[in-house]
Amino acid sequence: MTLLEAREVHRVYHQGRPDEHEAVAGVSLAVEAGALTVLSGPSGSGKTSLLTLLGAMARPTSGRIFLRERELTSLPERFLTEVRRRTFGFVFQQPNLVRGLSARQNVMLPALPLGLDHAALGRRADALLEQLSVGHRARARSDWLSGGEAQRVAIARALVNDPEILVADEPTANLDSALSRQFMAIAADLKAAGKTLLLASHDPIVTDSPAVDRRVAMRDGRLEGP
Amino acid sequence: MTWRAALERQRSLLDFALLALWRRRGKNLSLVLVYGLTVFAIASVVLLAGALRAEAAAVLAGGPDVVVQQLSAGRPALVAAEAVARLGAIRGVSRAAGRRWAAYADPVSHATFTVLAPEGFEGRPGEVELGAGAAAAMRWKPGEKVGLLGEDGRWHFLEVRRLLGEETALVSTDLVLLAGEDFERLFALPPDRFTDVALTVRNPRELTTVARAAVGALPGGRAVTRPEMARTYEALFDWRSGLASVVLLGAVLTFALVAWDKAAGLPADERRELGVLKAIGWETGDVLAAKLWEGVVISVAAFLLGVLAAYLQLFLAPAPLLAPVLRGWSVLSPPLRLAPSVSPLELATLFFLTVVPYTLATVVPVWRAASTDPDAVMRS
Amino acid sequence: MILNPSVVALLGGSVASGALLLGGAAVGAGIRAGWDLQSGSERQLRLERRTVLVSLLVRVALALQLLLLFLLVFTADALAPQFTGAMCAAGSLRAAPYGYPALLTGLLAAFLSGLWLVLDHADGLGHDHPLLRVKYAALLPLAPLVLGQAALLALFLGGLKPEVVTSCCGSLFGEAGRGLGADLAGLPRGPVSAALVGAVGAAILSALLVRRTARGAPPSAVDAWSLAASAAAALPIGLAAVVSVLSPYLYELPTHHCPFCLLQAEYHFVGYPLYGSLLGGAVAGVAVGLLQPFRGRASLADALPALQRRLAGACAGLLGLFAALAAWMVAGSSLRM
Repeated sequence: MTLLEAREVHRVYHQGRPDEHEAVAGVSLAVEAGALTVLSGPSGSGKTSLLTLLGAMARPTSGRIFLRERELTSLPERFLTEVRRRTFGFVFQQPNLVRGLSARQNVMLPALPLGLDHAALGRRADALLEQLSVGHRARARSDWLSGGEAQRVAIARALVNDPEILVADEPTANLDSALSRQFMAIAADLKAAGKTLLLASHDPIVTDSPAVDRRVAMRDGRLEGP
Repeated sequence: MTWRAALERQRSLLDFALLALWRRRGKNLSLVLVYGLTVFAIASVVLLAGALRAEAAAVLAGGPDVVVQQLSAGRPALVAAEAVARLGAIRGVSRAAGRRWAAYADPVSHATFTVLAPEGFEGRPGEVELGAGAAAAMRWKPGEKVGLLGEDGRWHFLEVRRLLGEETALVSTDLVLLAGEDFERLFALPPDRFTDVALTVRNPRELTTVARAAVGALPGGRAVTRPEMARTYEALFDWRSGLASVVLLGAVLTFALVAWDKAAGLPADERRELGVLKAIGWETGDVLAAKLWEGVVISVAAFLLGVLAAYLQLFLAPAPLLAPVLRGWSVLSPPLRLAPSVSPLELATLFFLTVVPYTLATVVPVWRAASTDPDAVMRS
Repeated sequence: MILNPSVVALLGGSVASGALLLGGAAVGAGIRAGWDLQSGSERQLRLERRTVLVSLLVRVALALQLLLLFLLVFTADALAPQFTGAMCAAGSLRAAPYGYPALLTGLLAAFLSGLWLVLDHADGLGHDHPLLRVKYAALLPLAPLVLGQAALLALFLGGLKPEVVTSCCGSLFGEAGRGLGADLAGLPRGPVSAALVGAVGAAILSALLVRRTARGAPPSAVDAWSLAASAAAALPIGLAAVVSVLSPYLYELPTHHCPFCLLQAEYHFVGYPLYGSLLGGAVAGVAVGLLQPFRGRASLADALPALQRRLAGACAGLLGLFAALAAWMVAGSSLRM
């Protein structure tokens, strides 16, 4: 079943200015529910931009994005954020944890504006950190975490609102091979738990992983091949 | 969202704001300091004016209800005793008392005092009581003899009986009290002439009526009621403190510019952090709320700091810089112990003159910061 | 003119409030002109971000306006000793022309700003900003109103001269005097009380009827409009009633009709909840009617009735509080008239 679909989407940055740049040039892509889809391609191919479009983080300059049957493209930013908050979890190339806060506090961050019961939220954060084997570092300040620990805290953060879709942009770029394989193992677990995953990476450990259901190659803002 | 969730949301955002402020405590503490200084400057003016106003009102409350003077060719002249009796006979006047006082300038030092012969002078002829300011200026001490140059060109020597107490400093500081006979000798005046007449009126609502009647009873005279005197002081304090606030607005404006600059010029790592928040699911409204809470905390801290400092400076220590601006007349000269008081109106005024400009200066920069693009984070 | 820090604050604050609304109206007009929800261009994104700014500006302006109202009354009260015959704010406001007009315009501006914020909130409930054009058009007249208030305030404050003989609230709000205040005070108690009970009662009743509508179904037009009408009537009638009927009971003096003395400590600050609940209830009630014409917008189909119900609830609660306070003032008084 198609969960997420992009139809003829374009993304142009700095429109009308001398440095105008079309990062995504007419892409149509359907993402299946429960599948692990990987966007591969060199840097500058538009993977990240396409990811932001599919992940409801930005609106395409033209074209449409559908989440199930609901069109996301003409939603004002507020509603887009609502949808994104509920449906998507993001993991970035850098863990991007907020300095000065503990791992636990970082995990709770996406849910703070929702006004949920603070204690329950804390318990959920602890549970997620346990699942990702960083429970023992829950109270540690984010600056003191190692690269792999930070990445796993970032994944926990992405999962705190129990999203259907996990989006990750170059998740293994700053991890060594062992940690990268660990990451793909976590991804496989999440897929088994029913989540849909959408990754952008040019790391062979990711693209060649057996957990991957579909590989989509990109170059110069367009899809290559089938 | 339910009320409970909305409350919890604000609580979480406030917590986050506090942590965020603490994380950059250097920058934020210096902002609170500058902000607090601005509040302190304005608060000093406002509180001092209020305190002086209250003092003046208290002083006047103990004074006469109506003061009647005789004018001759536009200048004050002496009032005859039978005029005093006539004034006393006006309906509504419970007491009419002639007062004898004059301004005296010491020929050597040119210091000016008010020489007063009060009705109930406790000393004997040949004795004086001095106000603290007068004694200090002339270095006169109890037991010594002081010399006053009379209108007849001769020096009159009187012994200092005691100094007037500090509690009455506001009114008595430049007073020289002596007996009626000495006053007459000093100023070559007959015993039945008075400088002016102090009337006590039974019903406060009748003041204006009595004042009008007094002018009728004393041709060429003028009557000043206590409310009019109070109003004059009020108007004076108002004008001066108002002017001072207008001048200080320049300081406020500078501070507002500083605030705007700090809010608008976000360092790269702060901008990135805001982008991350947006990327992980915070709406512009959420970031805005957190940033506004930051502003509230900073404003509250600075406001309390500034007001407290002004309060302490004014009421626990003499106010060195501002007092001259607000006093001006030598009648009220230092040192002065003011009764501490802060009214809701003063606090509200201070709020408007400090917190509101800060808020206005930071509204647009805060909004801009909260509108950071999330996908900028993704692409870096 | 009297220049003291509070006067400086009033002038600065009112100009600031006007400037905020002017800025908001200008940005709003720009948004309205370029709005195209279907486009994903950067320009559209910028406009969407600006909608947040306009809401923020109006919110701050409204907060300022409410505080300015209180600052004006406080300041007028403090200045009273400088005017012969003035014993509280009521007299000071009479000491120069435009005093009461400035106050009443401020009240009107606060009322309208409150309504606008409800409209703004409703617009945010629909995922396609269904009320955008309407709300930014509505903002256009609000800016000049607030600037007009600033002008009236400046004229009033500029015209104050300390020696002026003015009327104290005894004669200003006394039945024997002249002018609006005296007219209000002199209104016959019976009819005013009846009008008060009628308006407040009708508003509360309509509010409860609106709330009784089945879940999801929009309130009937009759219910909504009757609520709006009675709430709108309740505001001026309530204010008149405070002057002519309620305040003498509180002050336990048949001739004391001053509307400001009940903001003081000696009357337990009852004026604040009294006026606050009246103003808030009126805004909430009128807002229900204001939203009624928009129930046809598709994106608001679910959210609007729920909002109207919540507003009706707030209206009933607030006007109920007002009624309770009024009843307490009358019943708890030792005055019998």
